[in-house]
Amino acid sequence: MFKKRSLAAPYLVWMVAFIAVPLVIVVYFAFTDKTGAFTLENIMSLGMYTTVFVRSILLAIVATVVCLVLAFPLSYMLSRMHTSTQSMMTMLVMLPMWMNFLLRTYAWMSLLENNGLINRFLGVFGIGPFQMINTSGAVVLGMVYNYLPYMILPLYTIMVKIDSSVIEAAQDLGANMFSVLFRVLIPLSMDGITTGITMVFVPSISTFIISRMLGGGSNLLIGDLIELQFLGNSYNYNLGSAMSLVLMVIVLMCMSFTTADTEEMEAMV
Amino acid sequence: MDNNLIVSLKNIVVDFDGQTVLTGLSLDIHDKEFVTFLGPSGCGKTTTLRVIGGFIEPKSGNVFFDGKDITRLPPYKRHVNTVFQKYALFPHLNVFENVAFGLRLQKMDEKELRKRVLEMLELVGLKGFERRNTLTLSGGQQQRVAIARALVNHPRVLLLDEPLGALDLKLRKEMQIELKRIQQSLDITFIYVTHDQEEALTMSDTVVVMNKGAIQQIGSPQDIYNEPENAFVADFIGESNIIDGIMQRDFYVEFAGQEFVCVDKGFERNEIVEVIVRPEDIQIVPPIQGQITGIVENVIFKGVHFEMHVKAANTEWIIQSTQAAPVGEMIGMRIGPDEIHIMHRTEES
Repeated sequence: MFKKRSLAAPYLVWMVAFIAVPLVIVVYFAFTDKTGAFTLENIMSLGMYTTVFVRSILLAIVATVVCLVLAFPLSYMLSRMHTSTQSMMTMLVMLPMWMNFLLRTYAWMSLLENNGLINRFLGVFGIGPFQMINTSGAVVLGMVYNYLPYMILPLYTIMVKIDSSVIEAAQDLGANMFSVLFRVLIPLSMDGITTGITMVFVPSISTFIISRMLGGGSNLLIGDLIELQFLGNSYNYNLGSAMSLVLMVIVLMCMSFTTADTEEMEAMV
Repeated sequence: MDNNLIVSLKNIVVDFDGQTVLTGLSLDIHDKEFVTFLGPSGCGKTTTLRVIGGFIEPKSGNVFFDGKDITRLPPYKRHVNTVFQKYALFPHLNVFENVAFGLRLQKMDEKELRKRVLEMLELVGLKGFERRNTLTLSGGQQQRVAIARALVNHPRVLLLDEPLGALDLKLRKEMQIELKRIQQSLDITFIYVTHDQEEALTMSDTVVVMNKGAIQQIGSPQDIYNEPENAFVADFIGESNIIDGIMQRDFYVEFAGQEFVCVDKGFERNEIVEVIVRPEDIQIVPPIQGQITGIVENVIFKGVHFEMHVKAANTEWIIQSTQAAPVGEMIGMRIGPDEIHIMHRTEES
């Protein structure tokens, strides 16, 4: 027993050094000023960034919902395919992830630019050009494109375990497609849905690369704001820590909301 | 007779990836009957059931239910319910909600729904199990939930796809009797699929023996057992000795180098036929009194009886008897006229 436990020691050291200690530091800086004296100033001053916080949350929610709507039918189709086709298709889903995140987002930049590939193509037919880059739509697109696999994989993993005969049983008992979806498929996929939402929402709400590259200056997100405090001109790591802390609290709140929601739904049915 | 037909299949053809599974199958099922599709795996019995349930659309042919063509009707619009092979209970619902599933879809009011569900749980012997998680139930209990869930909708026809396959022998026997009781008390049609011939003979009013996507014989259990129409049925239902013979004239057949009196007629003179004798219909007598003599090769104790393999001239006989003859001993065998069944030769054998 002792032996097994000692195997966890490296991980424990890792956790303390790179998760617990930094957290403590973040909390410390968030509640101190430049001289190291205790203050609530940092937290209080966040009020002026409300629009950025609201925009971040909204865009992350939209991206998560779009991912879910796209991934759900796709994952279901995937899970009903031949086993050999399934592994091929999951590989295709993963394929973009083999490329660097920055490169993928750069690719979208050159596609969406005012004289980018899409606008030039449309120009051939005399349509456009459309303003696509530097819009909140482009930011959502970037989030969906980058994080969709994180929604598909947990959903697919859960759905593979749903026996086709359970769906047939529902149809047999009088359930049309709509009822099968809401009374059987969604409840049985709930674990995958929660995992998928977490895995898309959390990186979406804290991203700064995507908004910087595809959103231009007008779509500043919390991630960008935090980055500015540490690397930008406004260099203020106390304020940056306060922002990080609030972001963490927001994420935690959202997450506990989704878990509570599923528990409630499970209790209901 | 024809006005109480409930399900009719007309020339059903089903293909899977270019392989023909059902080859123009036609069948009439009467109301309130217990019908069993019996056959080896891959014979098309489950496919036939799924065509009736609406899960497989036939390539050609029609399905009639109560006189109406339902060939293109999706499963959820059909007045049949299915008990699936692996129960297929909803893992996210408890026993009560599993059974209530169909009624909830009908938006039945809560009071009536409760009454119906509890009634049904009592019928299948699961009173008091309402709040149980289905995953904590034994195989037999899960099966009962599946049956209650299907029956609560008051279907006119209940389809059962090898429902007892996963249960142990003792439980299976209990459930056989129980299913028959439920069918009789509800007075509805059961269409039952099994590869277990004993199960088929125990429960059915009518047995449909199938092989290679076609019906081999339809009849009562007694008919199927006593008057098999071809060698496949004879071989599949119980054990049989199937030997080539020559029908010399009406009531006289020659096989194993002997002439026997039989009850069959209407064959051509000297037609080559197949002779079927059930192992339990062969009498063991002293060699001198036997029509055929042979040497006992081995004896197996089967519980109720002994099974002996006896070598005589160039045929091997299976004999079942409550008395064993010692291995290596010469015995005589007698077969009465009533125990000999003559069939036209099928091209297969």
